[in-house]
Amino acid sequence: MLTRLVLRHLRPYRRPVALLVVLLMAQTVGNLYLPNLNADIINGGVVAGNLHYILRTGVWMLLLTLAVGAFAVVAVFFASRVSMAAGADMRGAIFTRVQSFAARDVNAFGTASLITRNTNDVQQIQIFLQMALTVMVIAPIMSVGGIIMALHEGARLSVLLLVTVPVMAIFIGAVMIRVIPQFRSMQLKIDRINQVLREQITGVRVIRAFVRTRYEADRFEVANASLTTTALRVNRVFALAMPAMMTILNLSSVAVIWFGGRFVSEGSMPIGNLTAFLTYILQILLSVMMAVMVAILVPRAAASAERIEAVLDTTPAVADPSTPVTPSAPSGLVQLRDVVFAYPGSERPVLENLTVDFEPGATSAIIGGTGSGKTTLVNLIPRFFDATSGAVVVNGVDVRDQALEPLWAEIGLVPQTAYLFSGTVESNLRFGRPEATDAELWRALEVAQARDFVATMPGGLDAPIDQGGTNVSGGQRQRLAIARALVKRPRIYLFDDCFSALDAATDARLRAALIDETADATVVIVAQRVSTVMHADRIVVLDDGRIVGVGTHHHLLADCEPYREIVISQLGAAAAT
Amino acid sequence: MTMGPMGAMRGALAPPRSSQDVRRTARRLVQLLRPDRWRLWGALALGVTSVAFMVSGPQILGNATNVLFDGLVAKRLPAGTTQRQAEQFLRAHGHQQLASMIAGMHLTPGVGVNIDQMGRVLGAAALVYLVGATFSYLQGYTMAGVTQRVMSQMRRDVETKLSRLPLRYFDSHPHGDVLSRVTNDIDNLTTTIQQGLSQLLTSALTVIGVLAMMLWISPLLAVVAVITIPLAFVVTVLIARRSQVQFAAQWNRTGTLNGLVEETHSGHELVQVFGRRDATVSEFTRQNRRLYESSFRAQFLSGIVQPSVQFISNLNYVVIAVVGGYRVASGLLSLGAVTAFIQYSRQFTMPITQIAGQMNMLQSGLASAERVFEFLDAPDERADRADSDARTGVDGTGGARVTFEHVTFRYEADEPLIDDVNLDVLPGQTIAIVGPTGAGKTTLVNLLVRFYEIDSGHLRLNGVDYRDLTRDEVRRCFAMVLQDTWVFAGSIRDNIAYARPEATDDEVIAAAIAAHVDNFVRTLPAGYETQLDEDASNLSSGQRQLLTIARAFLADQSVLILDEATSNVDTRTEVLIQEAMARLRQGRTSFVIAHRLSTIRHADTILVMDHGRIVEQGDHEALMARRGLYFDLYNSQFAGAET
Repeated sequence: MLTRLVLRHLRPYRRPVALLVVLLMAQTVGNLYLPNLNADIINGGVVAGNLHYILRTGVWMLLLTLAVGAFAVVAVFFASRVSMAAGADMRGAIFTRVQSFAARDVNAFGTASLITRNTNDVQQIQIFLQMALTVMVIAPIMSVGGIIMALHEGARLSVLLLVTVPVMAIFIGAVMIRVIPQFRSMQLKIDRINQVLREQITGVRVIRAFVRTRYEADRFEVANASLTTTALRVNRVFALAMPAMMTILNLSSVAVIWFGGRFVSEGSMPIGNLTAFLTYILQILLSVMMAVMVAILVPRAAASAERIEAVLDTTPAVADPSTPVTPSAPSGLVQLRDVVFAYPGSERPVLENLTVDFEPGATSAIIGGTGSGKTTLVNLIPRFFDATSGAVVVNGVDVRDQALEPLWAEIGLVPQTAYLFSGTVESNLRFGRPEATDAELWRALEVAQARDFVATMPGGLDAPIDQGGTNVSGGQRQRLAIARALVKRPRIYLFDDCFSALDAATDARLRAALIDETADATVVIVAQRVSTVMHADRIVVLDDGRIVGVGTHHHLLADCEPYREIVISQLGAAAAT
Repeated sequence: MTMGPMGAMRGALAPPRSSQDVRRTARRLVQLLRPDRWRLWGALALGVTSVAFMVSGPQILGNATNVLFDGLVAKRLPAGTTQRQAEQFLRAHGHQQLASMIAGMHLTPGVGVNIDQMGRVLGAAALVYLVGATFSYLQGYTMAGVTQRVMSQMRRDVETKLSRLPLRYFDSHPHGDVLSRVTNDIDNLTTTIQQGLSQLLTSALTVIGVLAMMLWISPLLAVVAVITIPLAFVVTVLIARRSQVQFAAQWNRTGTLNGLVEETHSGHELVQVFGRRDATVSEFTRQNRRLYESSFRAQFLSGIVQPSVQFISNLNYVVIAVVGGYRVASGLLSLGAVTAFIQYSRQFTMPITQIAGQMNMLQSGLASAERVFEFLDAPDERADRADSDARTGVDGTGGARVTFEHVTFRYEADEPLIDDVNLDVLPGQTIAIVGPTGAGKTTLVNLLVRFYEIDSGHLRLNGVDYRDLTRDEVRRCFAMVLQDTWVFAGSIRDNIAYARPEATDDEVIAAAIAAHVDNFVRTLPAGYETQLDEDASNLSSGQRQLLTIARAFLADQSVLILDEATSNVDTRTEVLIQEAMARLRQGRTSFVIAHRLSTIRHADTILVMDHGRIVEQGDHEALMARRGLYFDLYNSQFAGAET
């Protein structure tokens, strides 16, 4: 997963990556050559008592140091550029992909999770990339180069490497195998604790009202104790790991001098080489350690990569057909033909065998109980979901055969929860039709009964709107959302229970104004209040996912029992006669 | 080996604070460690011992090199002479350099390397390293215990605090902020203490130990090394200051991008239907680009710390190699000393970069600690009376009598939310509360379950003053359905059985049927075992309300409170639920708040509230006859229907 994702996103940066590798190689070679020069100082300068030689070699070392430093800085430049750019590309890819998701896909991940994936998870990959593009490149070169240099300084002594490197590798491997699963479980336990605390904050009233404080405290204590135990275990393994690795390093040094000393005294190796060898073996083992430190980042980055790939690999549940059909004579007619909708795996379908037409120039209303499937029905029209069986036909063509963008262009939606975007009143109103004139905006506001309050807002059309529209009241939000749909001037209007926060008088005025404004359009209104629907040209009564009545108010009162019950429950028995 | 980008990234979160605040917070953190002070002193002692052993290692190894070098040089000198003679001999033959070098050695001319002596020295070195490592492990082990105990305690303190804070605190502090303090800040603090404290200790001790060894071996070379330390520090600080700015920009822009993503995904369907996909993607691309620019700069700047320090370290190495070589050649220093020195100087830069990284981390950790302490310092809810022995005589089956006597409650000193309310509710009565938004309806029932303490007057439950009861005793008499429908991550069954986890499946299903939850639960793939996430996005708001009603039904207490419990439920279901409630209410006292007046027409008493006062009181007919506020409210409901 991680490799696939990383390789795919590094491909555009092949050149900088290649350059980076070359630079890091040069840097490493330089670093490796320094101890060699030091050996020369000892062998050719100190032992021979040649001060001039010491100085000359010193100047060489200085130049090499400067070059290595310069290489390193340039390498960091490219590493940062590539890792951050690849991360930015990933964010772009995720965002673009989610934009093509159907509502169901977005819900499946959850908004919060999608945000985490787009930022935190990408960040994890970036951190990993940054390290991988430096340390992970240096470490192998350093080890291999170190081994070559060590062989050069003393081939016989290098046999020691056959012992120390595997010991180091095996030890680190053993630690990793122990620690990584515990690390993962520690993260889960942290998440769990945070969840419990979050619930205690959001549910504080319920918890106190039902006297469940003790219960919550116990729940927390279990999570806390469990986290502490795991964290303690992990940290104790770490407490052992560092000294143990240092011991391996240090004992290697001791062994080098012990065996090397014999070779030197036998005369088979110059003493300067011994000092250099000492540095090399340290470098080799240190680079193994470095590689391991980065490897620690791998599981975390891999988990993130998996979560990112899950988004990128999701095929939107609803997508453009391969050969879209464009309706020849768009009129705004919406037809449901034998539509069934069920969530995968559920016991009962939400909608069962619905057949109904919503005609242009008429107002159709849908009324029914909570969970009767009203919103689901409306959501089938813009293809937020696809019917399990049967067909939704808009403008004479099955929605599944139409391209999405032109289909959506036909529809003005006002959802159940009015949602406004951060910006201004104006930017929200122009959301569906950026070229609308100010006069058109005011006209829409007037119809939506929003003109008065917008006019008194500081700045009028330029008044700021917070994300979600939280700085205006619920009723104002609904009216702005209605105005937004009106500005778009679509052929089909879908009002999904969007009059609920309006008082009855405003509701009535708004509906009266709507009739003129939407004269030629197809209007579908979902509502719970009888007063909202009773004047519709046609009322569709839904009960438990089935249509139990279609007709006008009077017609339904006469022969639709569920409708009568609704009317009585709201307006009293007198209204039902 | 260093903390690298992660340490720096975390550090960048810390807002600038006055040093006085930092010191106070640091002092409190130290206070927190007080119970472990003996273990901490122990860890310090172990650390000092360990470092002392570890830093003497290279010196002993240097001695081994000296034995080797001495033997090597001695072997080339004629046997049977003394060291002094050999030196003079060399001078006589013009080897001035060699002669001065030998002057500084201890050797027996003609005799080769003393392998036994070298073995002994190396044995000592190995032993010193092993002992040092053992102490280091013991120190790490001890510190792990201390930090985990402290953090576990801190988490527990935070949790306990949550349950002791008055509700006012939650009203006046955004949930997101409180949450961030108890989760993100605690996490950050844990990481800081876990990684930072122990490492900082070791790093600091190592710097001191190495410095001491260097001074001991050669004060001249030590001076060279000592110059490089401040240099490394200054370079690190200079770069860090610049990268800090970029990190701040990076976090701001991440926030902006996050906001954009959240907003777009929240309004996903609208973005699609209103044809705004391309526009949003291009806005995202613009913000993403801005984020890339600052994150690149931040990464680059923080990334060059390591090469810079490495460069200084190499510089140091070169100078030591050259100056050391001169000194050895001049007999002022042994070769072993130079070898040891080189090892020391290599050991030196690592802890310095680490300290720089940990300082960053510590900064951010302190910022988090400050936020956590601020939370822990918020004033508690007034404590319950410890000697409470009054009993309400409420046993959960019968109704309870609730009495308000001149009850006044205010949030701000000058605007009462509840103003001189008097009310006597007999067991089994149903009280409906109506009134315009802001009239104080919710506040009134919140006082009932003692979410807030009244400012004056008396509230009595079966004649016993609330002040003589514990909060839990009061609340055990109530079952409440709140306006906000809280569900927790868990199954639907667990959510219904929240108030009575011991309830049987039959009882749960019975409550679910009464609250009309059963119907839709059966359309869900896993039925009652369906897992809800925290925001229960798989349920509609109406369904969530029904769920919380089922929860209250199952709780089955003497007093039932419904605060706009059915506002998102359709009227027909509402009627059915009311019938179920009517059965449930038999013999129980209930309070119902509703803005749909049809809901409460049959209540025994209807209270009409306005501006925190009860302005009208009576049954439906009586209130209609009065033609007052109730009459107006009731008629405005049907205004729409008659047009």
